[in-house]
Amino acid sequence: MHDPILGIRDLDAFYGDFQALYGLDLHVDAGEVLAIIGANGAGKTTLLRSIAGLMKNGAEQVRYRGQPIGALRADQIAALGIALVPEGRQLFPSLSVEENLMIGGRTGRKGPWSLDAVYNLFPILEERKAQASTSLSGGQQQMVAIGRALMANPDLILFDEISLGLAPIIIKDIYAALPGIVGEGMSAVIVEQDITKALSVSSRVYCLQEGRVSLEGASDALSREDISRAYFGIA
Amino acid sequence: MDWVNAIVQGTLLGGLYALFAAGLSLIFGVMRLVNIAHGDLIVLAAYLGLTTSVALGLHPLAALLVVIPAMAGIGYVLQRGVLNQTLGDDILPPLLVTFGLSVIIQNALLEGYTADPQKMDAGALETASFGFGGLTLGVLPVLTFAVAVAVIAGLQWMFYRTPLGRAFRATSDNQDIAQLMGLNKAHVFGLAMALSLAVVAVAGIFLGIRTSFDPSIGGGRLIFGFEAVIIGGLGNLWGTLVGGVILGVAQTVGAKIDPGWQLLAGHLVFLLILAVRPNGLFPRVDA
Repeated sequence: MHDPILGIRDLDAFYGDFQALYGLDLHVDAGEVLAIIGANGAGKTTLLRSIAGLMKNGAEQVRYRGQPIGALRADQIAALGIALVPEGRQLFPSLSVEENLMIGGRTGRKGPWSLDAVYNLFPILEERKAQASTSLSGGQQQMVAIGRALMANPDLILFDEISLGLAPIIIKDIYAALPGIVGEGMSAVIVEQDITKALSVSSRVYCLQEGRVSLEGASDALSREDISRAYFGIA
Repeated sequence: MDWVNAIVQGTLLGGLYALFAAGLSLIFGVMRLVNIAHGDLIVLAAYLGLTTSVALGLHPLAALLVVIPAMAGIGYVLQRGVLNQTLGDDILPPLLVTFGLSVIIQNALLEGYTADPQKMDAGALETASFGFGGLTLGVLPVLTFAVAVAVIAGLQWMFYRTPLGRAFRATSDNQDIAQLMGLNKAHVFGLAMALSLAVVAVAGIFLGIRTSFDPSIGGGRLIFGFEAVIIGGLGNLWGTLVGGVILGVAQTVGAKIDPGWQLLAGHLVFLLILAVRPNGLFPRVDA
């Protein structure tokens, strides 16, 4: 049993009067790939936004390497080594492909990831590096978004729905690249709609339902029935 | 030849207007902030230049070495201390706060310097001229225009070729995601305002050498700056230079027809362009 790299305790999150998360408890062990599944609106994206510092949290609600980080700004959290690949890719349209990658590296953290390393992982990006990021296909944009997060040399990387809106063959390519990414001693949290994909790449899984954890366990130990029940809330 | 002269002089005048406008364009581009106090900050810079050159016995252009960093510092503190708190989804608070700032600057200048028109003494530079193809060009207007081109080229280079420019563009595109890249937007906005007011410092000094000024003229400079930005197209720096030139030419040609028409002609051309091309002549193409 390792110390968790990330611990979340009693996390609430709000959008105005709307409460998206209710007293959530969760942890990520160092070096593991954790999957988070759940229906639309279950709070998966909100959870990742909370970890990355884009929501207002209490300091103690999110602890990273034993330090309370819940109240820090997103840029401070990025500097500590947490990177988010946001839902819908969210590249900077005014920046070229290479500039998008370079801005990901501006935290100046040391590690294996550099422009060259990202181009090795996704060779197509090197061919397209001078193009506007908006001129790429969806799959290529997702590669840029992943590369941009890797450029920060994070210790913990958060993937939000990286297969959303992509062709199955592209999804396969991106998931094929994942072990090479997470194998470098990084921890990862993967939010995914495709349950089979999520279970196959992760060691543990949490299922969220209406802002609460409805199921938690080892990815290879959960039965389909358990997951369906936790996913849809059918008793 | 008189008409050619009017057009050339108007073009050179446009350089000054482009200097008024460049700082406005910059901060609007980075943080969607419309700075109503921009004109009064130009006048403030002129007064700072006046005080510096008188107190230290410097040529007004040498006073730039003091006024540029001073205005940049004011810009950074102003942004982080006040303006950042007004930025959000609602565009009204920054308008109101910068309007209030405009009133405060005007009245502080009135208290400090009285309402008497002042002028900076730039010696021979003010009246020096040279012949060029049958025209007589003032050294100062030509210098102003050259500086405007250099400032815009410098801003353009900074925007598209440096890490700071990348940070500005990324923050402008998406503040949340930029923050995820480790960019503190409060700091990025502070730097943008510092840069904007550094350009304002240059604009203020050239204004103060060219004409006399008093605390009340800021509003007019704001309008000229706005018109240049809008004519050229929001967020396009070279467009801003063209906008300044069009405004300058319209004014001098208008004045040539009838001296009372100078300002009116500029505003009419602005309205005309706004009617025909609501996004300006060279709008930034957003994906």
